[in-house]
Formats: sequence, structure tokens, C-alpha cells
Amino acid sequence: MTPTPFFRVLAAAALLAWGCARAFTLEEFQFQSPAQEHEFRELIGKLRCLVCQNESLAASQADLAQDLREEVYHMMQDGKSQDEIIEFLVARYGDFVLYQPPVKPSTYILWFGPFVLIGIGGFFLLRALQRKGREPEADLSATDRDRIEQLLTQPGTRPGDTQDRTS
Amino acid sequence: MIPELGHFALIIALGLALVQAVIPLWGSFNGRRPWMEMARPLAAGQLTFLVLAFACLLQAFLTDDFSVLYVAEQSNTLLPPIYKVSALWGGHEGSLLLWVLMLGIWGAAVAAFSRNLPLPMISRVISVQGMVAIGFLLFTLLTSNPFERIFPVPQEGRDLNPLLQDPGLAIHPPMLYMGYVGFSVAFAFAIAALLGGKLDAAWARWSRPWTTVAWIFLTIGISLGSWWAYYELGWGGWWFWDPVENASFMPWLAGTALIHSLAVTEKRGAFKSWTVLLAISAFSLSLLGTFLVRSGVLTSVHAFATDPSRGTFILAFLVIVIGGSLSLYAWRAPSVSGGGRFDLVSRESFLLVNNLLLAALALLVLFGTLAPLIYEAAGWGKISVGFPWFNTMFVAISPFLVLAMGLGPSTRWKHDEPARLARLLWIPFALSLGVLALCSTGLIFPGNLSVGLGLGLSTWLVLTQLVALRERLKNKGGLKALVGDLRNRSRSFYGMWLAHIGVAVFIVGATLVSSYGSETDLRMSPGAVHEVAGYRFQFNGAQPHDGPNYRAQRGEFVIYKGERQITVLHPEKRSYLSGGMPMTEAGIDPGFLRDLYVSLGEPVGDKGDWAVRIYYKPYVRWIWLAGILMALGGLLAVSDGRYRTARKSVQVPAGGGLARA
Amino acid sequence: MARSKSSYLLPLGIFLALAALLFYGLTIDPKKVPSPLIGKPAPSFELESLLEPGKTISSDILKGQISLVNVWASWCPSCRQEHAELVRIARESDVQMIGFNWKDERPAALEMLRRYGNPYTLSVFDPENRVGIDWGVYGAPETFVVDAEGIIRHKQIGPIDQRVWDE
Repeated sequence: MTPTPFFRVLAAAALLAWGCARAFTLEEFQFQSPAQEHEFRELIGKLRCLVCQNESLAASQADLAQDLREEVYHMMQDGKSQDEIIEFLVARYGDFVLYQPPVKPSTYILWFGPFVLIGIGGFFLLRALQRKGREPEADLSATDRDRIEQLLTQPGTRPGDTQDRTS
Repeated sequence: MIPELGHFALIIALGLALVQAVIPLWGSFNGRRPWMEMARPLAAGQLTFLVLAFACLLQAFLTDDFSVLYVAEQSNTLLPPIYKVSALWGGHEGSLLLWVLMLGIWGAAVAAFSRNLPLPMISRVISVQGMVAIGFLLFTLLTSNPFERIFPVPQEGRDLNPLLQDPGLAIHPPMLYMGYVGFSVAFAFAIAALLGGKLDAAWARWSRPWTTVAWIFLTIGISLGSWWAYYELGWGGWWFWDPVENASFMPWLAGTALIHSLAVTEKRGAFKSWTVLLAISAFSLSLLGTFLVRSGVLTSVHAFATDPSRGTFILAFLVIVIGGSLSLYAWRAPSVSGGGRFDLVSRESFLLVNNLLLAALALLVLFGTLAPLIYEAAGWGKISVGFPWFNTMFVAISPFLVLAMGLGPSTRWKHDEPARLARLLWIPFALSLGVLALCSTGLIFPGNLSVGLGLGLSTWLVLTQLVALRERLKNKGGLKALVGDLRNRSRSFYGMWLAHIGVAVFIVGATLVSSYGSETDLRMSPGAVHEVAGYRFQFNGAQPHDGPNYRAQRGEFVIYKGERQITVLHPEKRSYLSGGMPMTEAGIDPGFLRDLYVSLGEPVGDKGDWAVRIYYKPYVRWIWLAGILMALGGLLAVSDGRYRTARKSVQVPAGGGLARA
Repeated sequence: MARSKSSYLLPLGIFLALAALLFYGLTIDPKKVPSPLIGKPAPSFELESLLEPGKTISSDILKGQISLVNVWASWCPSCRQEHAELVRIARESDVQMIGFNWKDERPAALEMLRRYGNPYTLSVFDPENRVGIDWGVYGAPETFVVDAEGIIRHKQIGPIDQRVWDE
């Protein structure tokens, strides 16, 4: 068992070192306006770097990420819209390249499911609360009644007791 | 020799855990007192050997013993001593040892601070902890032994990942693990209650402080992680909804629901089965997090070196522990639940809404994290569920939670009149709506809907908490009562108050920094000045500057506001001597109202120009301030006097002092 | 809250479903990105030949016979590993092997072919990743199976060895 985990870890570290470690490179793309720069930055923030373990194109330093950033930049300069650029990348890499899952029939459950479930849960909750309010008060058992009798007729309270605080 | 000693200590700890899991539990069922009384010494013994094992590994790190494989992987002779210590939990094997040590600490703490609990209950609790320890110790010894040797002995270790060579990140795992493992106590209490078939207010009162302390640690751990990501990773963000971040957030959500549910069970005897389920869930989610981070099932920058065979072991353990406890729940919960009637409009109702929403949020995060896996398993293609989805869902659902948080504290237990609530709270409501409306438009300052929502919700939260405080003090005699309360240790109300204010602070910080923060990439020559958000950043070039185990280029930025110099920042670009990619260390000027953040990208050209990134981050510190406030609130709540009742028996002095009265 | 006995089984049920999902998850590699191009026509290209600089090879070569388009580079250790297998496949079967040298330098690539053998009928050279993006290439080695009509039938991510080939 000795060499294998070491080697595996080493390989993993090498991969990390080659691709996607944290230090980033800023490429100075020239933009026609601050709005365009903002749009570019937003777009690459939404796209996943495919070779990395969960980093966006904005954050990753991998070679492939650099290539894709340049591609996105050139498409923006050519006047393509955000949607067109996204479509271009999805056609080549699949939906996985997007951090935001697209809203299409197969993802309806992802986007609408939580609301539907919470709505249903809320409905049941309301019903349960109303039912709970109409529940009769639990009766005291005979043994409990005796014990209460006992406690109430005991002389005084013991020193050292603290009051039970209800806030 | 010493590593072998450590290894042996782990084996002994496993043996003790085996006994601890069986004997006291069995004793609690057949009434054998001596068996039950073994629980406390066993817990103490286990801690002793775990500390010994930990100390052995620590010694290996501090003496650069590279014959131990794990030390060779994580450490390096040039590593500063403090990071040699934190390197111990920098990798999978060592972090497991830390986990198991924490388990020992919590187990011994429960053994020590539970004198006033009935023996059968405490022996069951300690046994359950022993069972968890068995699983982790087996896992460590069989698949992840930190004491494994390597031959031939390397001359130099591979070094701790430079990202981890940082004080914030050094303390982050211990805090997190104290939280995760702390929930095992609540879990053990819940299992003990199910086994014993009795669940009453006293049980809730015993469980509460333990759970709250665990929750405090988890809150601090998560805040630390977020803060570290912000200043170290260089992209200015503080939460990415990365699977490993989610793995820590889910137990926190369940834990928050749990501390609220425990309050109700203690005070009103209601929510019993809810509380038990939440206690099981919080710890189960901690275990699930352990699985997700170490199994390779999900992609995350944060994950340990992944290994599906380890994953199988952990998953099997999960099935046994969680499956077993949920089966026990299904079997026994019906007989322990019930009790505590309350009306539709009552504090219990709002707390129930709170429970459900927090549980829903936890399930939501789980769903989003696992959705890619679900889709792939179902053959629906490979999708990625990232921060846009999580943010949308969270922002859509949490307003309801905040609404309940405002209503709850002012509502009476068991029954309240809607008219009374309306009378108390209509002003906060109206004002919050006003803030929402005003800030959504551009009337006062450039606002948008998200800012309006965020500020409106925090206004609601702050004002309603003030109303609740006023009502409480009014009934007790004004501000003097506040001081009196705190001194008398009637603090749990103020703990709640502070923690809720913390949530409001968080909402403000998160909203404002998202909407008004800015990020600028540009190329600067030495001497160049750039203006961002009213601050002028002057770049004075970069000089070489070396550290203990790295070489760096150190930039200098002087920041002016108007004519006044605010500060000088020194971002660095470091190359660690052990190899690997260069790391960026940002230069940050922290402030209560804003952070100014500069980082070096790449040198450009040959005249000393650099590509740099400048961030303006308003109110970002409020996010972690919120974590501190919540933790302080928890601390206040735990120090409440009620947890100190009846520990001392009455001492009657010789001569009968009392009789003289 | 009074609930029916069976509702207490719900948490267990949910957990068991979750465990089943996670067991499945252990068997797959989360970093493999399936190609959206399967079943679609291979993207057309015109690239320079690796062996003969100046000569252009177009994607027409894919028509008329089954081809294996193998994406490789000299800096990729797994590519070196699979090279022997590729040479064997080239010898034993009659599929057309197209070498797609990706993000590499010509001298290093040629050196690798010299040392490890050249299984390719033709080799194209894409140093700037212009065509790689069109094919959705995100790492090396990757191999595309293209049929006689030029439709992509399969994408193999990772090195090819005997087992993979048999599959």
C-alpha cells in the first residue's frame, strides 16, 4: 500500500500545479466601454473551466481557460450577444460549461421543484397547525395529579434553588 | 519508534471504543450499575490515547521526520514551525486524526460535565459516542493510517500546499471539526432518548448547551473559511456554493433549526420528534460532508486527494450510522412524541415555520449539490448547478424565514392574538416596506430591487428585535433590568437577540457588497495612479522580497482619499521554493465600511509594469462580523444560569446555621 | 404534531435513496464531460499538416471511411502511455488514424513521433487550439470515433488501452 497513495497524491498535485492553481493572470483585453468590460467579466464568471475542479473562467489560470477567455473576447468584439456566445460554447462542451443550469424541460424540476415542494409543505403545515390548535388539552394522569398534590403541600422551598426562567 | 507508538495508541483507543460502545449501553438495559459506571473512565481513557497518538504525529512533524509518509507529503524543512503544526491536518489522514481527537474531547467533556444526569442516560450517550469513534478509528487504521512509513526516507518533504500556509486556514479546520463533532453529542443524546423511550423537557435542557456550543464552533469555522477565501483566493468573492462549502453549510442549517427546536421542547414540551429528527440530521449531514469531501464523488477545489475505495468505506459507515438511527427514529419516535398544544398564532407556530424553512433550505442545498449526480444517474445529461441557481433559490426563500424571525420573538407562547401582534409590529412592518420601496428605486441613492429587498429585510429584523427587547424590559422595569438580567445570568433572551441582529448585519453586508462592489483590471506602470470609488491608487512598482520558504515580488500601493494618504499596501507574488505555481498575496486595507483590495497579476513588458487588480468592497466585513455576533449570541445563551441549577448539594454547617433563622 | 405512523419512515426512505445515489456516484468520474457532438457531423476544419509544414489538410479526409481522431500532445504523459497501444491498433485494424496535435510545439511533437512511433495516416497541427474548441476538446488524450459519413459516434476521454479498445 505504500507507494500507491503517495504516487496518486503526487499525480493529483502535479495536475493541480499544471493547471489551475490560485494565482491568476490578468490579460489586458481592451474594451470599448466599461459596460462592455463589465459584461465580459460577468460572462466569464458564469462559465466553468472544464479542466479545473470547480473554478470559473474568470478565476482559473489553466491554459484552456485562457483560450476560452480569448474566444469569448473575440466573439464579443465581433458583436455577438451573450446568448450567442453561450450557445456557441454549449454546442461544443455541453450544458456542463454553464454554472447556471439552463431552464428547459429536463431542468424544470430543478428550477421549479423546490417552490412546488415548499408550497405543498406549507399547505400541510397550515392544516396541521389548525388541527393542532383544536386538539384537546392533554389530561393529567392520576400519578401526576398525586405528585402535584404532594409538591404543593410541602412546606417552603429549599435554599439553593434557582427560579426557572422563561424568557 | 514514536510513530509506531502513535499507531499503537490508536489501536488501543479503538479497543477502548469497542468496550465503550457495548458495556455501558448493555448495562443501561439490564441495570448493572458497575457496567454503566465504566462509561466515564472509558471516555477519559479514549481521550488519553487519542491525545497520545496526536502528540506522536505532532512530534514527527516538528522534528521533520520524513520517514513518516504523511509528514513527507505535507511538510518541508523550510516550513515555519506554526505551519508544521497546522500541516498535521492539511491532508486526509491527519485531518481524520483531528476528527477522532475531537470526538475524544467531546466524549470526555460529556463525561466530565454531566454529573447531574441520570446514569442510564449518560451511559447510553457515551456508548453512542463510542460507536461513532469505532467507525472513524477503523477507517483511519484500515485505510488512512497517518503513521505509515516510507522507505527510502526522502531528504525533503513535498511541502504544505502554499494555500494552506496561512493563519486563517490553519485554524479553520479545528473550528469546523469542533462543530461537526460537537453535533455528535446532540446526536448521542437523541439516540439515548429514543432508546430509553423517554423524551421530556429535562432531556432538552441537558442537550441544549452542548448543541449550542457545537453550533458556535461551526459558525466560527464557516465564517473563517469564507473570510479566508476572500483574502487568499484573489477573486474577491466570499462564498461560491462549492460542494465542500455546502457540506459545511447543511449541518449549520440543521443545527440552527435544532437549537430552536430544543428551545421549544424544553419550554413547552412540543416538537419532540422534530427535535430528535433534527439532532440525527445535523450529525448525519456532518458525516455526509465528510463523505463528500473525501470520496471524489463531486468536483471541488477543496476536496482532499480523492479515492473511491475510501469513499465506499465511509458510505458503508454512513449507511450503518444514519440508517440505523433513522430506523430507530421510525420505530421509537411515535411513542415519545406528542404533547404541547398550541394555537395557530403562537410562538410555537412561528418556530415550526422556522424549523421547516431551515430544513427546507438544508434540503435545497443538498439537492443542488447532488443534482448533477442525480441527472447523470438518470441519464438526463451532464449539467452543472452553480452559484446562480443557489443564489436565486436562497434569495427567493429566505425572506419568509426573516419574516418569521421578526414575528416569533414578540409572539406569546401557546396562544396570541393577531391584533396584538399587529399593534406591536405594524410600525416596523411599514418602515421596512418603506425602506424596500425607497431603496429599490433610485430616489435616495442608486438602488435596485436586490438592495431594496436586503435592506428592507434587515430593517424589519432590527426593528422587530428592538420591539421584542422593549416589551421584555417593559415588563421587568426598564433598562436596569437589562443589567440585572445579564448579571443574574438570565441571558438566553439576549443571546437570541444578538444572534438575530447578526443575521441582519449579514444581510446588509452581503447585499451591499454584491451591488456596490467593483473590480478593475488594468496595467500600471511604476508611478501611475488610478482612481476607484473616490480613492486614488498609486502604484510604486515591485521589488524582490523573500520569505522563509519563498521568493516574492512585492508591490507597493499608496492609497489616497482626497489629499490624505490612507495607507500603503504590499501585495505579493510568491514563488514557493518547493515548486508549484506562483501564489498571489493580496494587499488589503480593511475597514468597517469598506475594504480596499489590491493584487498583483503578472509583470508586463520590461519596464516594471504590472497587470494589477483593484477591488472596492463596501461593507464586506459585515459578513464576518455577523458570524462573530452570532457566535457571541450563542455564548450568551449558553452562559444562562439555568444550566447551573442544583449542582451543589446543600451544605448544612455544623451547629445548624439555618436553624438559627 | 400528530402524524401517521408511516410518515416517520420518510426520513429513512429519503436517506436510503440518497445512499443508493452516492453508491452510484462512486463508480463514475465526475470530471468526465460527455460530448454534445455525438451523433452530429464532425466540425469541419482546415489545418496545417504536422509532418509537412505548408501543406493543408481538410476535414474531407474523414469522409469515406471510419476514422479515429486522436488528440494528443508531447507534454501529456498519458498520451505517451497510450501511444504504444495506438501503434498496435494502427497495425492490426484498418481504421484511419488521424493525429490531432493539440497546443503543442512542432519540434517536440515530431520528436515524440520519432521516439514512440507514428500510428497516424495523417497528422494535423493545431497549436493555437483554434479547431480544438470546435471539437469540444478540453484535455489530452481524447479520441473521437468518426464514421464514414463524417458523423461523430463516440468520444473517448483519457488514454486508450487494451480494455478500452475491446469495449
